[in-house]
Amino acid sequence: MKVPVNRIIPMSVVDGPGNRTSVFLQACNISCAYCHNPETQQLCRSCRTCVPECPVQALSTDSTGKVIWDPEKCVQCDHCISVCQYHASPKIQMMDTVQVVEKIKENMPFIRGITVSGGECMLYPEFLTELFTEVKKLGLTCLIDTNGTVDFSLYPQLLEVCDKVMLDVKSWQTEVFHRLTGGSNEIVRKNLKFLAEKKKLEEVRIVCLEGEVDVEQTIGGIAETVGDHLDEFTLKLIRFRKYGVRGRLEQTASPSDEEMEHWQKLAKEHGFIKIKIT
Amino acid sequence: MSVIDIVTSKSLTYEQKVVSLAHAAEDTLDVLNIPEKTKHYMEIGAICNLNEGNGPYRPRYIMPDYEKAVKQGCVFLQLDPPKNLDELLNFLMILYRHVPSITSYPVFLGELDKLIEPFLEGVSDEEAEKKLRLFLIYLDRTITDSFCHANLGPEESRTGRILFKLEKELQNAVPNLTLKYDKDITPDDFAEQALYTSLFCANPAICNDKAHKNTYDRYGISSCYNILPIGGGSYTLSRIVLPKLAWQTKSREEFLHVLLPECLKCMADYMNERIKFIVERSNFFESSFLVREGLISRDHFLAMFGVVGLAEAANWFMEDKTKKYGHDAEADQLADEIMTVISDFTKEYPALYSEIAGGHFLLHAQVGIDSDIGITSGVRIPVGDEPDSMYDHLKHSGRFQRFFPTGVADIFAFDVTGRDNPGAVLDIVKGAFDVEDKYISFYASDSDLVRITGYLVKRSEIEKYDRGEAVLQNTTQLGASTYKSAHLADRKVRSGLS
Repeated sequence: MKVPVNRIIPMSVVDGPGNRTSVFLQACNISCAYCHNPETQQLCRSCRTCVPECPVQALSTDSTGKVIWDPEKCVQCDHCISVCQYHASPKIQMMDTVQVVEKIKENMPFIRGITVSGGECMLYPEFLTELFTEVKKLGLTCLIDTNGTVDFSLYPQLLEVCDKVMLDVKSWQTEVFHRLTGGSNEIVRKNLKFLAEKKKLEEVRIVCLEGEVDVEQTIGGIAETVGDHLDEFTLKLIRFRKYGVRGRLEQTASPSDEEMEHWQKLAKEHGFIKIKIT
Repeated sequence: MSVIDIVTSKSLTYEQKVVSLAHAAEDTLDVLNIPEKTKHYMEIGAICNLNEGNGPYRPRYIMPDYEKAVKQGCVFLQLDPPKNLDELLNFLMILYRHVPSITSYPVFLGELDKLIEPFLEGVSDEEAEKKLRLFLIYLDRTITDSFCHANLGPEESRTGRILFKLEKELQNAVPNLTLKYDKDITPDDFAEQALYTSLFCANPAICNDKAHKNTYDRYGISSCYNILPIGGGSYTLSRIVLPKLAWQTKSREEFLHVLLPECLKCMADYMNERIKFIVERSNFFESSFLVREGLISRDHFLAMFGVVGLAEAANWFMEDKTKKYGHDAEADQLADEIMTVISDFTKEYPALYSEIAGGHFLLHAQVGIDSDIGITSGVRIPVGDEPDSMYDHLKHSGRFQRFFPTGVADIFAFDVTGRDNPGAVLDIVKGAFDVEDKYISFYASDSDLVRITGYLVKRSEIEKYDRGEAVLQNTTQLGASTYKSAHLADRKVRSGLS
């Protein structure tokens, strides 16, 4: 099967343990107000707004009217993304497992594994199972970076070939989560507990922004839900930054050092062992 | 500089004046037989003797066997074998002061872990840190020349851990530190601490121990990154400045088959002339207490045959100037041919008094000197021309580093996100050594990149975001001019999240 790939980053030191190749799949099932890469949220609907805008004519349309991207001509100025009204990108490649594995192999022996992210990569669980099965044969580890809105318990085969999961819990209260993302966090909470019990959590994340995110409740909620496993994963507290953000938060300031330290202290009090602030 | 200029200089310290006067005196001699042909190659700059002086009276690099000294004491310096940490550090501080070199400062301070570790028994970390901090400060303030090197590894050690901690804190320029690394011997957490430290203070560098450990019986890393036998060293280092020779012709054939062989022979003969004088006439080996007490021996010396500017030489012969060394298969193939001619020559041509090197000169990728404008170190890819992919860069390094037994290295700027994940940097080192890189060092290019975490990054925004600050940082690291080109951004993206 083929999936829409936004990009493959050969070398990433920020997507899990060690040096990894990160695969970003296109399309997301929620729409966070603080999303740093909103152009990964939607699939291109070939509205063609971007085509005449491209300064180097790297975009065209085929006979069916579908937007075609020429990676050879593209200079990665991202102008197409800035004019897109739909949080999409015309620079998406449909790739199958064999093609993605070939790309990953180019980066050996410099990486210890891969991390698949998005968009929301759990929209493609069958692909992930197929990809990880092949990648594990290469001796590499496989991580999923997810918003947790797709139920992991439905994909036991995937969990077998997936080493760990990085889960972006985002917020705790249903209404806060909904306001932030447009979605529901019922499954996220379920996944948090399920993955912790399966010893599959690598990292649990909160992007911190007072007024938008119920940071304190989220820290408390996680601690309460997976209290027996707090030494098994890293709690990452990420400072909100406006870079890449579009919409109502695009001019919002980052939390102060004091705020971040306060949340870190609170997390310690709740019994988290490995806490990382970025 | 004339003698009166040296004596009256305002810009030289007292110590520098003494060294310069000694150099001026040495240069009044005319004791080396230099044929006209060789003089010609020196005049056009194709052969460079690195201003070693006209009357060599000591080997360029000396690598005393400090372990032996510590065991047996030193008669000449009236020192008994040290019995505790204080005595050891005092012993070393005194001995270092008496080790000659081309710079007049010791270029090799020994394998500090092997020297210090036995004396840490019963000493608390706190006490050891206090003593070693003073030791490091002493070295930095008295050895006022950065071509000085101490070694650690490949085994982990308490000494190493303490030194990493202190280096990060002290931010000293001297000594250079290198960790000999072997993934089958060095524990990951120890190597990670080393790399983590290097992302704060550019120290230590990492040496591929597997690739070097069979070069001699025991090797150490001295000066910049010279791989030399412990208990010996290098008599001399001259270098062939490849682009300056290349500029003499437009013909690849003439270069490869006429000029290069002739120039190599001239350089080799010149180096033999220097070796001969040191061994047969200078009386260094007859008079040095280091020899008398067995801390060095003549049969552990060799001569380093330096190469610089391979990139520019290869590029010179490319008709299509967009085809460049480090990117283009044809340019790389030509560079490989040039290196093969040089390597074959050194394997064949006899070097005097160089038993430990099989009677031959050993190749060294020379790092360059201030006056080299537009000439890239050794076999490195010029800054600004690096491949987009760090992996491709490392594979290229592996291909060309294979020619050099006595030292060759690459330097990588790594963004500060590496500090949060030294394991990732170690993965890259492991990969690099798997593709036969020999020596690698990192420094952190501090920038707002540190603030980018686990989300998709827009290259254009990174560039916009950190451009100003990056130039500032690199100014303090390696000099602004090297990093002013638009390629800075490429390099940084490749270094961090790329």
